[in-house]
Amino acid sequence: MAGAKDTEVLTALHVLEYPYKRSVGPVIGRFLTGLRDRKIEGIRASDGRVLVPPVEYDPQTAQELSEFVDVGPGGVVTTWTWLHEARSNNPLQKPFAWALIKLDGADTALLHAVDAESEAAMKTGMRVKPRWRAERAGHILDIECFEPEA
Amino acid sequence: MNSDPVELIQTPIRLEYNYTPGVSRSRYLQGLIGGRILGERCERCHKVYVGGGSGACARDGIPMSDIVELPHVGTVTSFCVVNVPFAGATVEIPYTMAAILLDGADIPINGLIQEISADQVRMGLRVEAVWVPEAERTYTDTIRHWRPTGEDDAPIDEVLKRMRAGA
Repeated sequence: MAGAKDTEVLTALHVLEYPYKRSVGPVIGRFLTGLRDRKIEGIRASDGRVLVPPVEYDPQTAQELSEFVDVGPGGVVTTWTWLHEARSNNPLQKPFAWALIKLDGADTALLHAVDAESEAAMKTGMRVKPRWRAERAGHILDIECFEPEA
Repeated sequence: MNSDPVELIQTPIRLEYNYTPGVSRSRYLQGLIGGRILGERCERCHKVYVGGGSGACARDGIPMSDIVELPHVGTVTSFCVVNVPFAGATVEIPYTMAAILLDGADIPINGLIQEISADQVRMGLRVEAVWVPEAERTYTDTIRHWRPTGEDDAPIDEVLKRMRAGA
């Protein structure tokens, strides 16, 4: 290649950032509004299952759903993975678990962080409860994380 | 606490990454820092590419053989008038971004057109580079903009025909 040996190859840090706002629709809107009031709501599907977080349309029949059901606040970890090193945008700035949590009364699991002492303290089937933020804004992180039930 | 139903949430996304331009584009950028616009010629098709590509001819798939220094003058082959403001923009709207075919090049580069109102910009307009003063140049700020040279317009049909020849 022409002059390849003479050319110092450059490198530069690039940052791509978009400050998106997303409209959430009536169902997720209600779910998030509930979180602000420390309430977790799922929605009943046509086959009777309670889906958390709630969805607007039935996954099987595509029919519009409207029957909200209170769930939780506690639940069971159905699966999890341990994060040894938190990233700057993670909800906890220390090692923690990402877990799927089936809240009491729900038939599907919600993804959230679990603040456990260590990886050894995590177990599939363990019971957890939400740790609510004092200042809540109607966002999934109004639940700061889940923590093992005492 | 607010009692309105939640309708919107902030969902910022952010990606930090290291960009490595590679040999060809590094050379192009280093040329610009030094006030030179460097292109590359393919020995097989003799096309001159500028703007720092892959370092290979897109048509023949062989490494470009020669470095060619191009003049700072060219012809607008296409343009877009920007009427929509966006966060972080530093140029007053409306403004024009153009594809500029430098004399002696076979592929246009993009540039901001200034010193002419947006509704006067046209295909065939002859433009020249206005450089950031050498001491202030950075890799992302070298040619400040392009302005009309005042020459007669280039015969755009011929210019486009030549640019597309053998493409």
